[in-house]
Amino acid sequence: MIAFVIRRLAQGVIVMLVVGFIAFSLFNFVGDPVALMLPPEATQADRQAMRENLGLDKPFYVQFATFASNAVQGNFGISLRLGRPVSTLLVERLPATLELAFVAATLALVVGIPLGVYTGLNRNSWLSRVFLTVSLIGVSLPTFLIGIFLILIFAVWLGWLPSFGRGDTVMVGGWSTGFLTGSGLKALILPSITLGLFQLTLIMRLVRSEMLEVLRTDYIKFARARGLTNRAVNFGHALRNTLVPVITITGLQLGAIIAFAIITETVFQWPGMGLLFIQAVQFADIPVMAAYLCLIGFIFVVINLVVDMLYYFVDPRLRIDTGAAGGH
Amino acid sequence: MNRSSWIARFLDGDVFYSFKRSPLVITAAVVCLVCIVAAVGAGWLAPHNPFDLKTLNLLDAFTPPAWTENGKPAYLLGTDDQGRDVLSTIMYGSRVSLMVGFFAVILAMVIGIALGLVSGYVGGKVDAFIMRVADVQLSFPAILIALLIDGVARVALPKDSHDTLALYVLVLAIAASGWVQYARTVRGSTLVERNKEYVQAARVIGRHPVAIMFSHVLPNVLGPVLVLATLHIGTAIITEATLSFLGVGVPPTQPSLGTLIRIGNDFLFSGEWWITVFPGAWLVIMVLAMNLLGDWLRDALNPKLR
Repeated sequence: MIAFVIRRLAQGVIVMLVVGFIAFSLFNFVGDPVALMLPPEATQADRQAMRENLGLDKPFYVQFATFASNAVQGNFGISLRLGRPVSTLLVERLPATLELAFVAATLALVVGIPLGVYTGLNRNSWLSRVFLTVSLIGVSLPTFLIGIFLILIFAVWLGWLPSFGRGDTVMVGGWSTGFLTGSGLKALILPSITLGLFQLTLIMRLVRSEMLEVLRTDYIKFARARGLTNRAVNFGHALRNTLVPVITITGLQLGAIIAFAIITETVFQWPGMGLLFIQAVQFADIPVMAAYLCLIGFIFVVINLVVDMLYYFVDPRLRIDTGAAGGH
Repeated sequence: MNRSSWIARFLDGDVFYSFKRSPLVITAAVVCLVCIVAAVGAGWLAPHNPFDLKTLNLLDAFTPPAWTENGKPAYLLGTDDQGRDVLSTIMYGSRVSLMVGFFAVILAMVIGIALGLVSGYVGGKVDAFIMRVADVQLSFPAILIALLIDGVARVALPKDSHDTLALYVLVLAIAASGWVQYARTVRGSTLVERNKEYVQAARVIGRHPVAIMFSHVLPNVLGPVLVLATLHIGTAIITEATLSFLGVGVPPTQPSLGTLIRIGNDFLFSGEWWITVFPGAWLVIMVLAMNLLGDWLRDALNPKLR
C-alpha cells in the first residue's frame, strides 16, 4: 500500500517537474524577459541591473529552483496584457470556472445515471434506442458547435436565455458567486448544458453497459429467485454495484470538464480561467500561460492521485497484486 | 494476381457483403466521398473563388441563402460579411480541415507505430519508460495536450513566420496528442508477434533488429492500426476545428471549417445565422459519416464480433 502511494506520488512529482520546466523555459527562453519588463528607453546599465536583480546571471539550475520555489508560493509575476499579478487574476477567475464545472458535472450525473439505468433495464424499448442514437450524435458534435447551436436557438431565436457572461454576481467572502442571483442562475444554464452534455452521454453509456453486465450475474438471479421486488433488485442490488466505476470515471472526467471549460468559456465569453488562458495564448502573455500550465498540471496530478487511491480502497483485487499493477 | 481478380475477390468477400447489407454505411460512404471530392476539387467545383478579391462584390455581402426571400440564385448558401460565397468558402475550408486531419493522423500513426514497435520488441527499461509517458499523457484529455503544445509553439515561434508555420505546428500538436493509442495497440500485438517462429528465424539468420521490427513484425501488427486511424480522422478534424475556433489554429488567410465557424459566430446576433450554421453542419455531417464508416470497418474486420 505505502509503496503504491509512494510510486504514484513520485510519478506526480515528475509530471509536475516536467510541466514546471516547460513553463520555466517558456518564461526564460522565449523572448528576453528583461526586454519584456523594461521600457524600450532603458540603458545598458539598467538592463544589467535588472538581469542581476532577476537572477538571470546565475546558472541554469539555480534559476529553475528559484522559479519553482516562486511557483509553489503562487508567484508567477505580472501579466503582460493586463499589467496585474497573475496569481490575483487566476484567483479572481477561479470561482467562475469552478461553479460552471460543478453545475455541469452535477447535470451529467443527475440526468446521466437515470437515463443509463432506464436504457439498461429496458434495452429493447424504442425510447432507449432514441436515447442511444441521440447520445451518438452528441458524441460526434464538437463542444463549441453545441454551444453555438444552443445560443442560436435559445438566445437569438427564442430570446429566453442570455448568451454571454455570468450575469450578476454576489461576493461571498472573496468568492464571487452567480448562484444567488436570478440572472446569474439563468446565465449558467446554456454553458453548463454545453459543458455537461458530453459527460452526460458518457455516464449514460457507462451506467447502461454496467447495468447490463451486473443484471447477468448470479446474485441478481438469486435475488429474483428469493422473490424480491423488481425495485429492490434493480436499485438495491444492481445499481449499487454499477456505481464504483461510475464514481471513478466521474472523478477522472472532472479534469476533462475543467479542460473543456476552455472551449465553453470562449463560446459564452464566460469570465473564467479558460478564457484567460486562450486570451493569453493569443496575446503571447507568457506569465499567464506559464501559471495556467502549472495550475492545470497540478489539478490533473491531484485528481489522478486521488482516483488511483480511491480505486485502491474500493477494489480489493488491486491490493493483492500491487507488484503487477505498478511494475508493468 | 491480376487486377480484375483482386476486385472480384473483394466484391465476393465478407467485408463488401456487410457493406452492401447496411444502408446506413452506404449513405455514410457516399457522404464521405462527396465531402472529399468537394474538398479536393474545390478549385474546379466551387461556384466562386472566395480568395480572388477581384470577383468579390461588397454589395453582395450578407446575402441570405438562395431559397429565402432576399436570396440570390448565384449564392446557394448565402454570402458572408465580405461578400464571399458561403458554399465556396466551405469547400475550400473543408480542404484545409481534411488536409490537417489527414496529415495529423499519418504523423500520429508513424510516431505511435515506431514507439510501439520499439517498446514491444526491445522491452525492459525502454518499454517501461515509453509506456509510463503514454500513461501520463492518457490522463490528460487529447484536446488539452494539443492546445498546450499549439499555444506554447505559437509563443515560441518568431512572429513573422507565424502564418507559414501555423499549419505545421497544428499538425504536430494534433499528432502529438494522438500517438498513444497507436503505440499501445502496436506494443500489444508486437509482444505477441516477437515470440513467434518467423521472428526467431529472422533473428537466427542474423537480421538487424530494426529490419526485423519494420519488415517482419510491422506488416503483422498493422491491421488494427489502420482501423484506429479511420476512427482517429474524425477526432483529428474536430480537434483542428476546435483549435481554429479558439483562434489558435490555422491562420486566417487559409480558413478551415473551424475558422469559418469562428468568423460566422460574430454575426449570429445580427441575424446572419447561415454564415456559421452551414460550415458547422458540414463539419458535423462529415465527421459523423467518417465515424460511422470507421465503426463499421472495425466491426467488419473483427471476426470475433460476427
